Amino acid sequence: VILAVASGKGGTGKTTVAVGLARAAGRRVQLLDCDVEEPNDRLFLEGRRTATRVVSVPVPRVDESACDGCGECGRFCRFHAIVAVKDPPLVFPELCHGCGGCILVCPRGALHEEPRRIGVVEVVDAGDVALVEGRLDVGCALVTPLVRAVKARLEGDRPAILDAPPGRSCAVVETLRGADAALLVTEPTPFGLSDLEQALAVARALGLPSGVVVNRVGIGDDRVQAFCRENAVPVLAELPDDRRIAEAGARGESLLDALPEYRGVFESLLEKATRLAATGGGLS
Amino acid sequence: VKLALTTSGETPEAALDPRFGRAPRFLVIETDTGAFEIVNNQAGVDAAHGAGVQAADELARLGVRGLVTGHCGPKTLSVLTRAGIEVYNTDATTVAAAVEAYRSGTLVAAEPA
Repeated sequence: VILAVASGKGGTGKTTVAVGLARAAGRRVQLLDCDVEEPNDRLFLEGRRTATRVVSVPVPRVDESACDGCGECGRFCRFHAIVAVKDPPLVFPELCHGCGGCILVCPRGALHEEPRRIGVVEVVDAGDVALVEGRLDVGCALVTPLVRAVKARLEGDRPAILDAPPGRSCAVVETLRGADAALLVTEPTPFGLSDLEQALAVARALGLPSGVVVNRVGIGDDRVQAFCRENAVPVLAELPDDRRIAEAGARGESLLDALPEYRGVFESLLEKATRLAATGGGLS
Repeated sequence: VKLALTTSGETPEAALDPRFGRAPRFLVIETDTGAFEIVNNQAGVDAAHGAGVQAADELARLGVRGLVTGHCGPKTLSVLTRAGIEVYNTDATTVAAAVEAYRSGTLVAAEPA
């Protein structure tokens, strides 16, 4: 089973929930940190790095002597990474998503691919938890291909937890795609609700059964719970607004190490989420 | 000369938008006759990345020979330069004032890095 932990709003507790789930599993699980612009699952796990792989995307290079300036490459590229205003075309590697289309459409064979580094994928062996962390290079904006590289490490024969980036960007879509269920973490505030609505729309557009985790219950109001009832989205877990959770996080301690009394909440969440994934949400 | 200016409005009296790639519209004016048209730049407003490059590509297609705006970035400037479009930066507040500044010859063409 592949469970994706996502949220519209940032700072709602995705990492807390993702790491908590992985730690509560009680057996070998994969934890994939797909929030490659600021991965932080690793802060809450102790382990040994066992592999580092550099991730590159192929970008075009122009052979100016072969180019006749027909402009097919520039008309093809929707990201304007190759622009043919006058021959030969200009290439902007930082805008290139590495699809290779310009090379295919060039009738003169004047383009070839060269790798451009965008970040790394590291594997950390932390006991029962096998962490895969994607880390985007500073200054690079090409998030989606790196998420894809992280997900390429999915082993398939053991449960996996995906920690998604916040929001509803391409990188979130890439993380959620192919998961068996989406766990949407939110807080019971107007901001939390507004962003939950958007995250739920993304998960539903991708056809994922979705459940909600309400974090910091006790602040705000009860509109998130009412929204879930009205939209037939199950609330799978509620975490209280407990100052000790924030303090443990600030110390870099995993929640289950610092406050073992929360283990039951995560075990129950994992069970409910696994059932949600298995039934496709049909019973909710 | 066919000149493009960045604007949030639809007439020469409208404000000059200091941004290039994400300006809502371009006012394209024939400086000899004063005839102008409005070109929508919704694609640039909506672009996640590369708005300036896309807008520069569009101006090249329109056959514009000069651009007057507040600022454009290095990638954009290299496309505009390749397309043979002169770029003039100004802090004029309206399109009309920017056209006047262009006509009076006080604007200096930007150089690519």
